[in-house]
Amino acid sequence: MTITTTDVQTPPNASSTPAKNRAGDRNFSWATRGAGMLILVVLAGVAAFLLLESLPALSADPADIEGGEGFFAYVWPLVFGTLAAALIALIVATPLALGIALFISHYAPRRLSQGLGYVVDLLAAIPSVVYGLWGIQWLAPNVRGAWQWLADHLGFVPLFTGPASATGRTLMTAGLVLAVMILPIITAIAREVFLQTPALHQEAALALGATRWEMIRMTVLPFGRPGLISGVMLGLGRALGETMAVAMVLSTGGFTWSMVTSGNSTIAAEIALDFPESAGLKTNTLIAAGLVLFVITLAVNMAARRVVTRRQAFSGAN
Amino acid sequence: MPAHANRIDVGDLNVYYGSFKAVEDVSMVIEPGSVTAFIGPSGCGKSTFIRTLNRMHEVVPGARVEGKVLLDGEDLYGADVDPVVVRRQIGMVFQRPNPFPTMSIRDNVLAGIKLNGARIRRSESDEIVEQSLRGANLWTEVKDRLDKPGSGLSGGQQQRLCIARAIAVQPDVLLMDEPCSALDPISTLAIEDLISELKKNYTIVIVTHNMQQASRVSDRTAFFNIEGTGKPGRLVEMDDTAKIFTNPSVQATEDYVSGRFG
Ligand SMILES: Nc1ncnc2c1ncn2[C@@H]1O[C@H](COP(=O)(O)OP(=O)(O)O)[C@@H](O)[C@H]1O
Ligand SMILES: [Mg+2]
Repeated sequence: MTITTTDVQTPPNASSTPAKNRAGDRNFSWATRGAGMLILVVLAGVAAFLLLESLPALSADPADIEGGEGFFAYVWPLVFGTLAAALIALIVATPLALGIALFISHYAPRRLSQGLGYVVDLLAAIPSVVYGLWGIQWLAPNVRGAWQWLADHLGFVPLFTGPASATGRTLMTAGLVLAVMILPIITAIAREVFLQTPALHQEAALALGATRWEMIRMTVLPFGRPGLISGVMLGLGRALGETMAVAMVLSTGGFTWSMVTSGNSTIAAEIALDFPESAGLKTNTLIAAGLVLFVITLAVNMAARRVVTRRQAFSGAN
Repeated sequence: MPAHANRIDVGDLNVYYGSFKAVEDVSMVIEPGSVTAFIGPSGCGKSTFIRTLNRMHEVVPGARVEGKVLLDGEDLYGADVDPVVVRRQIGMVFQRPNPFPTMSIRDNVLAGIKLNGARIRRSESDEIVEQSLRGANLWTEVKDRLDKPGSGLSGGQQQRLCIARAIAVQPDVLLMDEPCSALDPISTLAIEDLISELKKNYTIVIVTHNMQQASRVSDRTAFFNIEGTGKPGRLVEMDDTAKIFTNPSVQATEDYVSGRFG
C-alpha cells in the first residue's frame, strides 16, 4: 500500500534507453498481460471451486443423495430438462431471428430497418424477471389451449402425452419464453454479419440474373453462416444457463417425456429454487449439478467453434 | 455476326443517383457482334452508364433513369420487363474479380445456370462447365481442381472464371467494366485475347482506362467527358476506333486520347 516512488527510481542512463523500451509501452503491455492472466485465474478458480465442492456429492453414498439413487440418477432428468428447454427455444428462435435479420438487412426500407433494429436491441435489455412475469401472467394462460390441442391430437407422440397442464406452465412454455429471450441476440448478430456481405458478391449474383432471394441464398447466407452459428451458440448458451425466467414459468416436477404437462426442471432453475434452503450434502449436490451445466456449456461452445472453422477455405474470409 | 442480332439502341438517356444527375442525354447505337469501348476520365459516368444497359444500375438505392434503352427494339425499362430477365440476356463482368468465395470453381461456373429453379443433369452440367471454362481460356489451368474454391486462383484466373460464369448462361451481350484494371499485364493480355475470341459470339461493351487496350480490342469507341465536378457526364463522340484514335472530330477527344489531359 505504501509503495514509494523511490522503489521505481529511474536508472541514471534512462535518457539513452532505446525507443523500444518506452515506459508507456511497457506499462501497457504489462497491464494487458495482467488482464489476460486475471481472466484465466478467475476461470480456473471457478472450475476448481466447482470441482472441490462437487466431490462430496460425487463420492457420497448413493442413498444419501436426493432421490436415494446417487448423483447421476439425480442429475440426468435435470440435464434432459435443460437441453429440452434450450432446444425448443432454438428451434423457435433461429428461423424467426433469421427472417427478422434478413428483413432488416435486405428487405425493409432504410427507415423501417433502423427502427426495427432498435426494437430488437431493446428486447435484449429487458431483465429476465420481467420475461418470467410475462411468461406466467400472459403466455402460459394463452398457450394452454394449444398444449391441450397437442395432447388431444398428437398425444401418441411421447413429447405430447396428456394430460396437458391446466396452468400452461410447462417445459414447452418455458422454452417459448427462452426463445423470446434469445431472439434479440441471434437477430442482432445475424443482422450484423448479413450487412457485411460484400456488395461485390451480391452484385455478381444479381448480374447473373438472380432474384433477390436467390442472391441472398447464393451470397448472404453462405457468407453469414459462421456468424449466424456463433449467434445461435450465444443464444444457446443463454438458454442453457437462464435461471429466473424458467424458475418462474415452469411448474417443476419429476422427469417426464411430455413437454405439455407440468414436470421436469432445468439445472439452473433447480439450483435457484433449492439452494437457499439447502445445507450439507444437498449443497454439494447442487454445486455438482452446476459443474455439469458448466461442462455442457463448454462443450457447446467448442462444438460451435469446430463448425465455424470447418470449410474455412470456402468462407468469405479469402 | 451471331445467329440472332441484338442491337442496343440508347435514346436520350439521363441517369440519376437520387437528385444528382450523373449522366446526361446519351444516345448511341451498339451494333450486334461488335466490341465497343467506353473511354473517358474518372467520374464521367462510364460505370454508371454501362450499368444502365442491364439494369444493374437500379441495385443502388435511389438510382433511376430517364430515356430509352432498346434491345432489338424492345425497351429494357418497359413497365412489364423483369430486370432479372434482362440481366440473363446481358451479362456483366466487374472491375474486381468476384467469384463466389463459398463456392467451388465448378459451382461458380454453374451459379447462373442453377438459378430460377432450373435443374440440369450432371452430364449436361459437366459439359457446360467445360465449354464455359474453355470459352474463357481457363479450362487447362483448372480442369484438375474444379472442386477447389474459386478464391484460390490468381487474380487473372479469377477474372476469367467470372467471364466463364457470365457466358455459361449464354447471354447475348457481355458488359465489362474495367475488367483488367486490377490485373497484371500478362493477365491483361490473356483477357484481351479472350475478348477477341468472345466477339465471335457476343456483343461486347468494355469500359477501359487503357487507351492501347481500347484501340487493340474494340471496333467502336465512345468518349465520355465531364465539364467539372458536380456536372453530369456526357457522351462527347462515338466513332470507329481507328478514327477516334487518329482523327477524332472533337478537340476534347483528341486531347484525351493523345494524353494531353485526363
Ligand atoms: N452509388 C453511387 N451513389 C451516388 N453517386 C454515385 C454512385 N456511383 C457513382 N456516383 C457518382 O456518379 C458519377 C459517375 O461515376 P462513375 O459512373 O463511377 O464514373 P466512372 O466509372 O466514369 O469513373 C460520379 O460523380 C460519382 O461520384
Ligand atoms: Mg468506373
